[in-house]
Amino acid sequence: MTEVITKLVVNCADGTSEVVPLTAEELAQRESDRLAYEAQEAERLAAEEAKENLKASANAKLAALGLTADEIAAITA
Amino acid sequence: MTMALIESKTLATATASIEFTSIPQDGTDLVLFVSARTNATDASDGAAVRVNPNGSTTSKTERVLRGTGSSTSSSTDTFFNLRANPSNFTANTFGNSSVYIPNYTGNSFKTMSADGVNENNATSAQQEIRAWLWSNTSAITSLTIAAIGSNQMVAGTTISLYKITKGSDGIVTTS
Repeated sequence: MTEVITKLVVNCADGTSEVVPLTAEELAQRESDRLAYEAQEAERLAAEEAKENLKASANAKLAALGLTADEIAAITA
Repeated sequence: MTMALIESKTLATATASIEFTSIPQDGTDLVLFVSARTNATDASDGAAVRVNPNGSTTSKTERVLRGTGSSTSSSTDTFFNLRANPSNFTANTFGNSSVYIPNYTGNSFKTMSADGVNENNATSAQQEIRAWLWSNTSAITSLTIAAIGSNQMVAGTTISLYKITKGSDGIVTTS
């Protein structure tokens, strides 16, 4: 049996609430949001990974110049 | 100034979203407290929940400052997300966030701010500060807090909505 996805609707005017199934439009919006979110997250995580790689590369070059780990930290932190 | 609870709900069973409708229009600002856990399988699996003013999924800009415990980052996107704990975080813990929405009945674009953290007995858990712009001039009459994608918020998730009303309380005066 297919699981029915629901939402809780809270009416702030009278304090009542009810659980109702999502409409087809709301289900489609969820899927659309999921795809957009995943795309943005993938882009963000890729950018962060690229930044970390650049940082590691820069630190390695500084170390190759003879700087100690403490000296590298002092100028990059 | 007064701060009054409008509604607070704790989920008894899993649900995709909570929608506060007919928000009273006699307040000045809104404050939303979200303590949420989802059935997402890990933190990167869209464990967050999303805030949609008036059900709107458009005209949003979000800027985020983020710390994970080992690194920091910033980003910009088009969602209003809040931290929620995924199912693989420490049992019975929740992601906690607060949202401040000033001048929610006004007819200008709405700026909002949010902060949030994950609670997890591990070395990695996110903390975030968020700045939101909803480029819409409508008064906010409803707020939807929704789990992302196919996830649902699980039992124990609690969401509370407060209104702040300006006025003289003998200490603070407004004109």
